[in-house]
Amino acid sequence: MSVVANIGRAAAEFPGIFRGWTEYVGETAAVALSVAFRPWRFRFRDAALAFQRAACEGLAIASGIGFLLGVILAFQCAAALQMFGVEVYVSDMLVIALFRELGPVVTAIVLAGRSGSAFAAEIGTMKVNEELDALRTMGLNPIRFLVLPRVAAVTAAMPVLTIFSELAGLLGGQIVLQAMNVPSAIFWQHAVSSGTVFMIVFGLVKSAFFGMLVGLIGCGAGLRTRSTADGVGRSATSAVVGGMVAIALADGIAAAICHVWGV
Amino acid sequence: MEKDAVVELERVDAGYPGSLVLSDISFSVAGGEIFVLLGTSGCGKSTVMKHMIGLNPVLRGTLRVAGLEWSAATRAELCRKIGVMYQSGALFGSMTCLENILLPLEEFSPLKKKERTERAMELLRDVELAEAADRMPGEISGGMRKRVAIARAMALDPEVVFLDEPSAGLDPITSSALDDLILSLRESKRMTFVVVTHELASIFKIADRCAMFDKARRTMIAIGEPERLRDGSNDDFVRKFFNRG
Ligand SMILES: Nc1ncnc2c1ncn2[C@@H]1O[C@H](COP(=O)(O)OP(=O)(O)OP(=O)(O)O)[C@@H](O)[C@H]1O
Ligand SMILES: [Mg+2]
Repeated sequence: MSVVANIGRAAAEFPGIFRGWTEYVGETAAVALSVAFRPWRFRFRDAALAFQRAACEGLAIASGIGFLLGVILAFQCAAALQMFGVEVYVSDMLVIALFRELGPVVTAIVLAGRSGSAFAAEIGTMKVNEELDALRTMGLNPIRFLVLPRVAAVTAAMPVLTIFSELAGLLGGQIVLQAMNVPSAIFWQHAVSSGTVFMIVFGLVKSAFFGMLVGLIGCGAGLRTRSTADGVGRSATSAVVGGMVAIALADGIAAAICHVWGV
Repeated sequence: MEKDAVVELERVDAGYPGSLVLSDISFSVAGGEIFVLLGTSGCGKSTVMKHMIGLNPVLRGTLRVAGLEWSAATRAELCRKIGVMYQSGALFGSMTCLENILLPLEEFSPLKKKERTERAMELLRDVELAEAADRMPGEISGGMRKRVAIARAMALDPEVVFLDEPSAGLDPITSSALDDLILSLRESKRMTFVVVTHELASIFKIADRCAMFDKARRTMIAIGEPERLRDGSNDDFVRKFFNRG
């Protein structure tokens, strides 16, 4: 019974929630446009701080996970390719898997867990403490003040994190193959020949877009925080869950576009 | 519109979408007046204040500040005319006390950087907190946070200042110094104040007039000079409030 009631309530609330998020994204776009024409209104200092937290402090974890991903992938594939004596092709496979899909997606998931939840908690705490109200009555728009610098920071941080994670993944794979007596020169030769500029750039553009999604959803969840005891915690959770769902959806759409274009 | 009214409420219903808190409130606050809102805890004082500072739209009736109703078109102009101290202080937790006061100056004042810092320090000295300039709001006491919040509300020399329980949590000496500050600002800059407070001593010292709300009757039950309400009211509730039960 309560399951049915919950589904019913969720369905009833959906249009309102959808409208709220649409308005939020629209307002953010409008504010971003107005700031683009008056760049001195952009909060560079806040953006720099958010960039430092997301990119500099997240570099180790993103690279570490990329490295492990490379090691695991290399082991799995090498086992199969070894039967045909062509384990050198692990290198080609790694480049395609990491640069096209896994690099951007896995890094974005790390970002959702680190920065998306942090944004939701920071802004949510401000909401509970009436700091957002204080901004509004000072005539300062919380979107320009809080959302824009954070979203810009993670959008810029994602390609950086992704590149490091991808290179660490290749390094992990190379170490595995080295242990299987594939000379490193041959590994890198294969890697370079199977990567294309388009593939790398497309992956980075995708990753910047994922970063923007994670930032928007994290800040949006923070702005929607309710003033209850568990309000901030719930916002942080929904920032991470919402971020991951959005990444999966966006990646699916990107894959479909690639398929249609035949690239 | 009444002549010289800075804040004016006409038959206002106060509350939140779907929940009426107080109905049919009318009063106006004249320029240079210190107007106090009274009532028991939870009767809706903060709610009425949130309408006056344009955070929540009124449910019914008209509310004007400096002759203008709150709307998207008048918002920027009205925000420049008001200063607000929230019940919780609402300082920005990621900035030092000084930066909190500098923020409105940086965004809106034509002053140079050095003058802005001087002005912010002067405001901190007014609330006797110059030594807390470089500390974070999380590292100072609740009473100190309120005083920093008052300094921030004054930063741009607003026409009307709204203070939600400025003296709650302050010792009698600091609280009395705060009353003196309010009175002197009214004298020197002809600022208008709308203050929520429960301190009887403070009410008699600063209030020109007060309005009292009642939770049970869900409306405004009295308005006038505090002495007149204390001595001349024939309402049980009002007498009880002023004579401590
Ligand atoms: N965001 C909100 N949504 C709905 N109802 C609210 C909200 N905030 C407060 N209320 C209700 O409005 C009523 C008045 O609250 P308000 O905060 O205005 O009281 P108050 O007079 O300021 O009390 P206090 O002296 O304790 O600060 C209360 O019954 C409260 O439950
Ligand atoms: Mg209150």
